[in-house]
Amino acid sequence: MRVVFWKELADYFGSKRFIILFFLILIVAGASAYLASQSLRESPPQDTSYVYLDLFTQSSGGMPSFLSFLAFFGPLIGVLLGFDAVNSEFSRGTVSRVLAQPIYRDSWINGKFLAGLATLALALAGIILIIFGLGLYALGFPPDGGELSRMFTFFVIGLIYLGFWLALGILFSVLFRQAASSALASIAVWLFFTLFLYMAAGLIADQVAPVSPTSPAQVWTRNEEIRDLVLRFSPVALFEEATSAILIPSWRGLGLAQLLTQRDIPTNPLPLGQSLLIVWPQLVSLIALTSVCFGISYVIFMRREIRSL
Amino acid sequence: MVEAQGLKKSYGPVQAVEGLDLRVQEGEIYGLLGPNGSGKTTTILMLLGLTEPSAGRVQVAGFNPTREPLKVKRVVGYLPENVGFYDDLTARENLRYIARLNGIPDRDSKKRIEEVLEQVGLSEVADRPVGTYSRGMRQRLGIADVLVKEPRLAILDEPTTGIDPEGASQILDMIVRMRNERGMTILLSSHLLHQVQRVCDRVGIMHRGRLVAEGTVDELSARTSGEGLEFEAQVRGLSPELVAALKGLDGVREVVAQGERLRILAEVDVRSAVARTVLEKGAELLELRQRAFTLEEIYLRYFQG
Ligand SMILES: Nc1ncnc2c1ncn2[C@@H]1O[C@H](COP(=O)(O)OP(=O)(O)OP(=O)(O)O)[C@@H](O)[C@H]1O
Ligand SMILES: [Mg+2]
Repeated sequence: MRVVFWKELADYFGSKRFIILFFLILIVAGASAYLASQSLRESPPQDTSYVYLDLFTQSSGGMPSFLSFLAFFGPLIGVLLGFDAVNSEFSRGTVSRVLAQPIYRDSWINGKFLAGLATLALALAGIILIIFGLGLYALGFPPDGGELSRMFTFFVIGLIYLGFWLALGILFSVLFRQAASSALASIAVWLFFTLFLYMAAGLIADQVAPVSPTSPAQVWTRNEEIRDLVLRFSPVALFEEATSAILIPSWRGLGLAQLLTQRDIPTNPLPLGQSLLIVWPQLVSLIALTSVCFGISYVIFMRREIRSL
Repeated sequence: MVEAQGLKKSYGPVQAVEGLDLRVQEGEIYGLLGPNGSGKTTTILMLLGLTEPSAGRVQVAGFNPTREPLKVKRVVGYLPENVGFYDDLTARENLRYIARLNGIPDRDSKKRIEEVLEQVGLSEVADRPVGTYSRGMRQRLGIADVLVKEPRLAILDEPTTGIDPEGASQILDMIVRMRNERGMTILLSSHLLHQVQRVCDRVGIMHRGRLVAEGTVDELSARTSGEGLEFEAQVRGLSPELVAALKGLDGVREVVAQGERLRILAEVDVRSAVARTVLEKGAELLELRQRAFTLEEIYLRYFQG
């Protein structure tokens, strides 16, 4: 499996599509973090604890935050690495040759998945470090331990999130013989989760619990709850919730808690453990989704007829 | 080396292989012949453990490919019918990958890769990406790919299809050399008869998932002509009298004359008697030989008869 892993890793890093996407994200992310750091500089917060984390969550000058960018475009990198991982080997006729070598079938697909994950990890770590560097330059003082540990947690969650999309891409690459169909399916799922589900959630919530400016508070909360419930089906929303808790230490959850926070009731930052506790369900769901995706492709692949057609 | 009994494979209602018995001895070149769709590739995949048989028993190099696939794959080299390589890697890199998958350390594989590239005549282009290779070059790289792991048994699925006669002949020479120099056992499949005839010690003819005939080309040839033997002769000064005399010889069943040419069907080898008779009648014997059936004729008999 190590051999497969290293070969695939080299392939991923060498592939043009990865390089293009990586730089695209890097530029966009860098720009958003840079703007965030500029605005922080212009109006320095009185409380400088966790200011580094703001680099990731602050939107400024019409530029969405780095977090939103990652939530929205991260899937593209994951899916693009995965969508032709298996079917291209079928269409090139390399499967039967490789699988006739003394390796287990599962080491092959595991090697592919792990190599993709390692690629994503390196890319994500690279981007985060660059943003940190930017912060150091703009703020002039280093991050403290609390920020670093939250940063690391963010990195892990981000990796799981990207891993989900990688697993999804691989699943489609096992399901579809044509790389084009698998790419289309992946893009469709991406659009569904990033755009459509958000609209649908709002619509459903308004259907079930219609609100008007004069509605009592219970109706508002109910509407909000239903919206959140629908969104929980989406890995994108799960990721946003989970990372919000990590990057915004005072974050207490969606729904009523969020409404309260927004009404400027002062809230104290929570310790990392507490933040993690709040979003534990979201984290577990993300991990479960990733495992299920990869598990299905694994099972299908193991039973797949090996014939270079 | 290979032993299969009652091997069966069905894809839903399609019976790809049904009840195949196959034995390949150590050190021989065995040719699996058959028209398209006769189940050659399916059989090969089952031997390698890449497809699970629906029924039957297989042993390759003493192992069961379904239960101990790794042990089988360690000693068997396989050239698939449409070989694919990683097009953006060079020939060397492709071979190195295969060597690594076989657990051969780079230090050892380096020399081996040079050797096999030399052997298949790709040394000069070995640093070009495989995407730029022609069909023939890919096929030769496929052979190199099999050789790198130094298998005891090489299974080649249609090693010469899509290759011009000269290239095919080179590949066949390589195959013979693999056996002679490295003592490999070779199982190859093909539907090109004259090639198989040239290199194979034994052939098996497959039809609709069954082995309909098996043996050396000579044996099959003898079986095809029925019980009797057939001779061809060219005689100058052929007379009806002479034909009648030949017909009267012991063991001769039939004589057909066409101009100077004679076709003689007999139960035993009657060549010396024929020669004597021709000379006694004052005619000139220009040629006399036993006719061997080509595989082509054998083949046609099985599939048209
Ligand atoms: N995955 C599959 N699903 C259904 N039927 C299949 C499948 N693979 C092969 N077959 C059938 O099995 C039969 C044998 O196919 P096989 O590929 O073994 O033939 P072959 O002798 O190798 O032919 P060729 O000379 O064309 O390579 C064919 O009738 C084919 O249609
Ligand atoms: Mg075939």
